[in-house]
This record gives sequence, C-alpha cells and structure tokens, in this order.
Amino acid sequence: MSYKSADELHHEAQCLLDEYLDRALTLKVKERQKIPGQDMPVQDPEVRAHNMDEVALGYSFEQARVEAFRCLQCAKKNCMEGCPVKIDIPRFVDLIAKGEIEQAIAVVKETTLLPAVCGRVCPQERQCQLHCTLGKSLKNVDSSVAIGRLERFVADWERINQKTVIPSVKAATGKKVAVVGSGPAGLVVAADCRREGHHVTIFEAFHKLGGVLRYGIPEFRLPNEVIDKEIETLAAMGVEIKTNFVVGRTRKLTDLIDKDGYDAVFIGTGAGLPIFMGIEGENLNGVFSANEYLTRVNLMKAFDKNADTPIFPSKKVVVLGGGNVAMDAARMAMRLGAEIVSVVYRRTENEMPARKEEVQHAKEEGVQFLLLQNAKKILGDERGFVKGLECLKYQLGEPDASGRRSSVVIEGSEFILEVDTVIVAVGNGSNPLISQTTPQLDVNKRGNIVVDETQKTSMDKIFAGGDIVLGAATVILAMGEGRKSAASINAMLLASAK
Amino acid sequence: MNEILFKQQLSADVYLMRLHVPLIAAERQAGQFIILQTDDDFGERIPLTIADADTEEGSITIIFQVVGKTTKHLSAFNVGDALPALVGPLGRPTHIENFGRAVCVCGGIGVAPMYPIAQALKKAGNHVTIITGARTKELIILEKEMKAIADEYIVCTDDGSYGRQGLVTAPLKELCEAVQKPDIVIAIGPPVMMKFCSETTRPFKVFTQVSLNTIMVDGTGMCGGCRVNVGNEVKFVCVDGPEFDGHLVDFDNMISRLNAYREIERTHYKCFVEKAFNDNVKEVSL
Repeated sequence: MSYKSADELHHEAQCLLDEYLDRALTLKVKERQKIPGQDMPVQDPEVRAHNMDEVALGYSFEQARVEAFRCLQCAKKNCMEGCPVKIDIPRFVDLIAKGEIEQAIAVVKETTLLPAVCGRVCPQERQCQLHCTLGKSLKNVDSSVAIGRLERFVADWERINQKTVIPSVKAATGKKVAVVGSGPAGLVVAADCRREGHHVTIFEAFHKLGGVLRYGIPEFRLPNEVIDKEIETLAAMGVEIKTNFVVGRTRKLTDLIDKDGYDAVFIGTGAGLPIFMGIEGENLNGVFSANEYLTRVNLMKAFDKNADTPIFPSKKVVVLGGGNVAMDAARMAMRLGAEIVSVVYRRTENEMPARKEEVQHAKEEGVQFLLLQNAKKILGDERGFVKGLECLKYQLGEPDASGRRSSVVIEGSEFILEVDTVIVAVGNGSNPLISQTTPQLDVNKRGNIVVDETQKTSMDKIFAGGDIVLGAATVILAMGEGRKSAASINAMLLASAK
Repeated sequence: MNEILFKQQLSADVYLMRLHVPLIAAERQAGQFIILQTDDDFGERIPLTIADADTEEGSITIIFQVVGKTTKHLSAFNVGDALPALVGPLGRPTHIENFGRAVCVCGGIGVAPMYPIAQALKKAGNHVTIITGARTKELIILEKEMKAIADEYIVCTDDGSYGRQGLVTAPLKELCEAVQKPDIVIAIGPPVMMKFCSETTRPFKVFTQVSLNTIMVDGTGMCGGCRVNVGNEVKFVCVDGPEFDGHLVDFDNMISRLNAYREIERTHYKCFVEKAFNDNVKEVSL
C-alpha cells in the first residue's frame, strides 16, 4: 500500500462527501457498501520512525462523515455486543453522519469516560468492529465501519474545540472514597464516585498520574496531552490527588479506613510486575523488561537530552513477545536510534495478540518480524553485556487451551542472532505491594485480588478492579471493571446513608 | 512536605539531611528506603536508605554520598527547600529478633542504613558488635551514635589513620573463629565489601544478611531493573528485598549490572558540574 498524506485523504473524502451529502440519509445498503472505508491519516513512516509524535493523525471532519455514511444503522445493534462498556455505537455514528459532533460525543460519554484513549488503544477488530454487519457483508473485518477512529474523532473534536463538559457533581454526601492507582480503572472510579457527591482521593505511587497510560503506552500512540486533559477534568470536578503515595507502604490499606475516615477503597494497582523468560543470560546488561524500557522513556523522558534517566544506547535490538507492549517497545527502539529491530514471536502473525494496526505500523517503520521462533538463551561478552541471542525455530501444532494454535519446537534448529539488546515483553504478573502489606486480603495463586460479582474483595468496604483482578488485560476492560466497582461503591454508600 | 529541616556535611562528599515527611516517618521500619527526585520532570529516581526517623518532628534522616548528578544536585539543596518528589518507605523491613550475638559490618556510607538496624537489634536484646570500615579516618561517620549502641565497636581504615589498619573482613573472621561465634552477621556497604564479608562467613556457616542498592527506576516492582540472582532465582530488590542471604547473592552479576550506565552517568555528572560552574561564573560577573 502506497503512503497517502493527510491532505490527499482529506481531499478524497471531500469529493466523496460532495457526492453523497444530499442523499446521505436515504442511501441503500448496496450504496453504503460501495463507499470506500476511510484510511487513518498517518505520519510518513520514514519520518515518524525517528520522532515521538503521534503516528495516527486522526480523521478530518469530512473523513469522519464519509466513514459514518458507511454505517448500515442495523436494527440489531451487533456492534454494541462487542463493546465492553456498551457504547450506543449506531446512534453516535448517525450523529456524525449528520454532522452533529457535539451530540455524538455526548452519546459516547454516556457510557465511557475515556473515549480519546479507547478510540486509540482498544483492539476494535476484536470487539465492536468484529461484529459490524457491514464488515460481515463484505466478508472482511477490515471493511467494518471504523468505529474506533470515529470514537477518537469525536473525543478529539471535543478536546481541541474546548467543548469538554465538566460532569456535574451532586451535593456533598460527606462520604470519602480512596482510589488506589490512577490507571484507567482508577480514573473511572474517581469520576463515577465523585459525580455522586462523595469526596474522592486518588493515591498514585509515581510522580505523574495515568498509570499504564503514562508509563506504558508511548507518546507516539497516546499523547500525554490526552491523559493530562482527562486528569484536568477530574481535578475540576474536585477530585483530590496525591502523588508519590504508595498505599500499603506510605499508609496501610486498613489505616485508610480505620484512621483516615475513608468509607470505601478501590484498588486498581494494575499488573505491574514484569515476567521474564527464565532463560540463561537474562540478567546480562542490555536485557530489559519492556516495562523498564518504556518507563525510562515514557515516564522518565530518557529520549530528551535534559533527562537524567539514562537509556541504553542500542544498535541491534530484539523484542520477545507478540502483544501491544512488544510492538510499543520495538517501535520505541527504532525511535531511539536502533539500526535493526526485530520482534521474535513463537507463533505466526495470526496468533499475535497485538492490535492489527500496531503490527502494521511497526512493519511500515522497519521493524522486522521473526515468526515461529523463540529465544533459547542470551549470550554475553566478558564484561557482562549482551552480544547475541540463541533462538529455536517452531512450527504450528494443535490449538491449545487459549484456542490459539500451539507452537512446537523443531529440535536442533538453533541459530544465533547478533544483538546488543533484548527486550522481554511476554507479560506481567500482579503487583505485590498491596498483598504483601495486607495479608488479610484474599488473592489467588497468581497474586490477583479475588473479588465477587460486585467487585468487592474479601475485605469489608474494599473493592478492586482492572489488571490487579483480571491479570494483564486491556484498557477498556479495566475501565469496565472500574465502572462496575464505582456502581457498587455508590450503592453501598447510599445504603449506609439511609 | 519534603522540606529540608536540617543539613550537615559529614565529610568531603557525604551529607546528612533531615526531611519533613510525617507519614513516612511514622511508617518506616529499619531496612527500608525511599526514592527521591531532585526534578519532577527530568530528574531520575534514586533509592536512598532511611538512616533514622523522628516521629515527633515528622522527619526522616538520609545520609548520602555525592557519586553522580542527582546526589550532586541534592547536596545543593538547603534548609527550607523542598524536594519535588519523594516516596516511601519502600522495601521489606529488616526482620528483627533476639538472635543472640549480632555483628553489624558497615563499609563507608553503609553506616547510615545500618544505624536503624543496629538500634533495633540492640533493642530486641542482641549482643551487638559493630565493625566500621572506611578508607581513611575523616570518612568515618556516625561514630558517636554507633558507639552508643554497640557492645563492642571496631574501626578499620585502609590507611591505618584510625583504628585497625586493614579491611573489615579481618575482625569479622576473628569473630567467626571465636568460641562464641556470631548468630547473625549483617553487612552493608559497597558491593565488593558485602561480597567479601559473605565469603568470610561462608566457611563458618554464619548466616549473613546483605542489603543491596541496585539501579532502580520505579522502586515498586514495576520495571525489574533492580533484579539480582539469589540462589537460582531472580529477585527484585525493591519488592523482594532489599535484604538477602549474602551466601546466595550473585555479587559478580550485580556489580556488572551496577556498571551498565557508567559512561552516561559520568557524562551527566560532568555536564551538571560544568553548567553549575558556568552559572556561578555568570552570577558573579553580574
């Protein structure tokens, strides 16, 4: 696919809009099927591989409307089935088609708090867009209505045009809610509980807010500006924010309730504990967890010459894993000046858990994919630095428990890649800080907090949600759990007030 | 919060500061550390062990040696200034009980993290021997405080300018050879010193605990940058430690990992000192 600039895409959309505008509301299914899906304008791959700016530039107003014309407005809203928070997708898309953007964003915000984030990072091809009738009729999920891009469009429109509505807050109830962790789950709980008039305090361990949105997802995929805006809104609603505060250590979890007068606590501390492969050489210099690599750059700004936090000067990088974090790390390594970046993944592209768009973008930027291969051991030089990676080749076998086809090692297929950096992106365990310091809290054998159907933990007044409950999952699922937790907390506080 | 209440230069490169952090002062236990930044945006996060706390004043004491840009910058903060970011107490506290005979071996600045541990061991009823080692006499810190705790106090200097001449491992070995050998040895100091203390006690099968100060980014288990091999397992110093069985720690790997960014760190330090010098010249000429 040849690269088209934002201007070209905008111009094409302008022509299509002129063609369809008069009869947009009366188009037949066959006609809608023929409207070309709108490509996301992106920075030129050769340019963006060397800068931190956002890759996807977002639809123009014309592109958004043309894309919205493609929606069949089916009576049975299949797309909503795929949405973890059940956004009324056909309704907001219809409003975009009519050019009513302010109303469209209001519909989206009825059910989701962070559309600018989710529009960017949700795996739509496995959620809403997987169920899209248009995509099904065209027998290609890539031909579905680009719901995620439209969600992003309306959210960005609101932010850029300064139309952000600060949600109204009910009269003070005198109840206090503590939110532990400021990632996607925590942000949702803070907003939902504050709306009901409770005093809400967010406790964040780092010096900046946002959790994984800040330290994990890079600027080129989710600009800090977007996160800052969400936090600004929470602050404007009157949410109290305490950074540099590790609940469990700075203050015990139980003290928040017993001594500090909180009536409920939500734990959303995420899946921050990197898993390593357990192979030889993993403690050599030049081996990093993706968390460390990305945190050094995203949170600690190691890409900036003014930053004190150093980043390893890598030339030949290999990333182990096939998820979004692996893509982020690989693309980050390119941007930090690596000459060769390869992703080593044990299965094939079909089994990769990463969003399709991220894989596509990584390829365009020059990241190489070494599929059906896996690391066996990391080789070091006499100074303790990485000098190579010994790999094994694999072939696909029968589907395993996860439904993905398992990979089977080919004996004797060892070969060596010459690299100076190995980034391990094979997942995260659960952060142990809260469970270590709160022995009475029930956790499962993986360290995930056990909750009931209302998100309540084994302890009174204490709720939990997001990756600390689910294991490493997605932003939208964490938000969904946050929403459910907030509803339970609000119900509990309402009942106790009576 | 985070204001500097008191500052004292203990030796050429070593400073003591008392910081106003009431919550940390109330919660901290022996063996725990904090992470601080001297700049909220571009600063790095460095771990420093808490040397003491005063719950009434709501303060903790840190003692640090200027070794790089951030510690250099920190040494330029004065009473009344506040640190932009400080979080803690982190790490698992030291396990304290009445072991019987406890030997605390401190190398250089390692006296600072040892102080609360020695205090707690004494309070729990242990017979406490403190061995302090430094290059030369003027680098010995907290002598009065340590002497007040110790049942037995031994000083070693490399150049013989004070106490015994030689390394801390010599008196440690003698204590292990005595009829009543130590029930526990705790060693805190430079990695090489902790390594050799562990090697000294190994033949005597005396349990030896070391406190590791590896490179950290977040200090909450999130990055794994601080990982070390302990026995055959990978451990995170920030959440599994900072204290481990010295006989199981792979010190050579740890020392190699501490050097991962040496060149970049040197450049940062040099730039910072030069810039400070130039700014100073400008100020004077104005």
